[in-house]
Amino acid sequence: MSTQILMPALSPTMTEGKLAKWLKSTGDKVSSGDVIAEIETDKATMEVEAVDDGTLGRILVPEGAENVAVNTPIAVLLAEGEDDTATDAPAAETPAPSDTATPAPSGDVAPLPPAAATVAPEPEWGETQEITVREALRDAMAAELRRDEDVFLIGEEVAQYQGAYKVSQGLLDEFGEKRIIDTPITEHGFTGLAVGAGLTGLRPIVEFMTFNFAMQAIDHIINSAAKTLYMSGGQMGCPIVFRGPNGAAARVGAQHSQCYASWYAHVPGLKVVAPWSSADAKGLLRAAIRDPNPVIFLENEILYGHKFPCPVDEDFILPIGRAKIEREGTDVTITAFSIMVGVALEAAEKLAEQGISAEVINLRSLRPLDTETIVNSVKKTSRLVSVEEGWPFAGIGAEISMQVIEHAFDWLDAPPVRVAGLDVPMPFAANLEKLALPQPDWIVDAVKKLV
Amino acid sequence: MSTLQINRDVMARSYRAMRTIRDFEERLHIEFATGEIPGFVHLYCGEEASGVGVCANLTDNDTIASTHRGHGHCIAKGVDVGAMMAEIYGRKSGICGGKGGSMHIADLSRGMLGANGIVGGGPPLICGAALSHKLLKDGGVAVAFYGDGASNEGTTLESLNLASVWHLPAVFVVEDNGYGEATAASYAVAGTQKARAAGFGMEYFECDGTDFFDVYEVAGKAIERARRGEGPSMVHVHLSRWYGHFEGDSMSYRKSEDVAAERRDRDCLVKFRNRTTEAGLFTADELDSVDQAVRDEIELSVRNAKAAPMPEAPDLLSDVYVSY
Repeated sequence: MSTQILMPALSPTMTEGKLAKWLKSTGDKVSSGDVIAEIETDKATMEVEAVDDGTLGRILVPEGAENVAVNTPIAVLLAEGEDDTATDAPAAETPAPSDTATPAPSGDVAPLPPAAATVAPEPEWGETQEITVREALRDAMAAELRRDEDVFLIGEEVAQYQGAYKVSQGLLDEFGEKRIIDTPITEHGFTGLAVGAGLTGLRPIVEFMTFNFAMQAIDHIINSAAKTLYMSGGQMGCPIVFRGPNGAAARVGAQHSQCYASWYAHVPGLKVVAPWSSADAKGLLRAAIRDPNPVIFLENEILYGHKFPCPVDEDFILPIGRAKIEREGTDVTITAFSIMVGVALEAAEKLAEQGISAEVINLRSLRPLDTETIVNSVKKTSRLVSVEEGWPFAGIGAEISMQVIEHAFDWLDAPPVRVAGLDVPMPFAANLEKLALPQPDWIVDAVKKLV
Repeated sequence: MSTLQINRDVMARSYRAMRTIRDFEERLHIEFATGEIPGFVHLYCGEEASGVGVCANLTDNDTIASTHRGHGHCIAKGVDVGAMMAEIYGRKSGICGGKGGSMHIADLSRGMLGANGIVGGGPPLICGAALSHKLLKDGGVAVAFYGDGASNEGTTLESLNLASVWHLPAVFVVEDNGYGEATAASYAVAGTQKARAAGFGMEYFECDGTDFFDVYEVAGKAIERARRGEGPSMVHVHLSRWYGHFEGDSMSYRKSEDVAAERRDRDCLVKFRNRTTEAGLFTADELDSVDQAVRDEIELSVRNAKAAPMPEAPDLLSDVYVSY
């Protein structure tokens, strides 16, 4: 039986190449392992070997052809005694090996394509004003509460007390107790309640006093909010936002200092957003509230009081799934999210003083992850350092590194490096706590080992 | 004794629903044994009057949340039997496209928020549905079915508190069959359901879950209270399950003669038939013809489910997000 010889890939990211040279001609006998052709991309040249014994029956792609897609049949190998009339079927009818019955794209772990490809470029939003992240979050909620009367805020101390961290300041006065709802201290219960409301027509914003307490409620976040659309065959979606401070604050010990980014980013059905600046906070929270899916919105207590310029345009909103290059550079790509963006920018400044040009990417969204922006940056810089406050093992950095390996392996000049919080519960003592969280110098040191 | 002053159409529909549940479950018991139905299947046989008696007071505008033992609640709430059977067989024509299975049957158009594989998962969701009914002012009531086992879950107790604190139009139906999986309620449940309701400042009702008329009347009071804006209630339904916790459970923790006695003396269908025929509300022939129609419907649902196509490979990746 004849077999087709397909255009091979030099690397997981190669999509097409040039058929540089045929080393065998039609009618030549070939044995398994014989070099029959040479292909090349702009990065490398590779020899194509026969994998079976037989006769080269027909050459389908001539020597010198450029832009030959991977897996295109390039020749037909005939078995003993076979003539090539049996091979008249058009090559295109034979599916490429990747088009098997398996629906998941082979070689791509993520079952869904990055959203970034379909997101329009960010428009210019014009005039800005310095506001705190706290104000940005409040303004975002107020704007969406005004825009859509199905939106409501629920959580511990969100109404009368104006928020444990004063994020909901003034909302009770404007929107009343039916839309700004204080709960008993009962995270699992009110989270399930909010999910039930989301499934039946409302658009809840759930404030967790901190994400540490959401661990009590994680069953409803995952089993009810994230999975119901799928389990119900698309009948019931849950437009809901789970928001609150995530990660380490300061001197509050192990049970109050933990980053849940990789926990939630692991879950299909959830979107996960982690703003850094006031503009991130306002634009992304508005998008999260409007999103038809459950969104985990990871804030940071330390950033609440920080001021950043934020567009004053009433329509200002940011797309979920789009990272932002906060600082352009050419020597190394540094990815970070939430408070670590600031730490990464400090490191970039120090590196600049030493003549190293770092590109800092504010991820903004962890799921969908803007793989396109990260990969394009690494193709320019050839080096990757991921930064996160959470633990390194199975963390966000592990995922980013793997995405870069899958999509830009050929461009890497060094193995990706993770800078992360230490692999220990958060200690209480001031000096130990400082040693547990990534500092600008950790990033500087990591980069200097790469360049 | 409970009244028979019920609309005849409601009684006829309810008898048919109870018979449908019985036959549906008995048939699953047989089909499961053939190995064609995979996974966990939890049967509702013996408990039919509870789901049907409660749901006969509800409309499609009202919401229920169910449990892992959810087939009866689905049928009682009007979910299509053919689409349910196809779902249990994991077919594309299933009510959830074959992606939910026995423990995740849902039909939003019927106000059936879903069976639930997590014990205690339903009560908080139903508080949320009740909040939606209240804020959207649609006049709806939300009902959580859960068992004596789930009555010990933190989520259930949190929900009783939340519903009372916020005066939600919610009804908590404790279907007390005496066993949380294999553990007896006499061992696992402290105090009483009545005292728990009182502890949360909630109205408490109880009824015989093998008597449709008792359940209908008692649950009706709780549901009407909720509908009038008078707050949540607990309805404690005493009943018995005739099969194991799941298909394959040998029920080594129960005496077989006890189960046999339940079947003999507390069969809700027999009770319904005796009362209504003695009172001249239905003739035996009328009920027999319902039984035959149901047998035909179940037979057809199984045949169609077995013949239905499986979901297609692209279905695997759909409905993870509304948009990504």
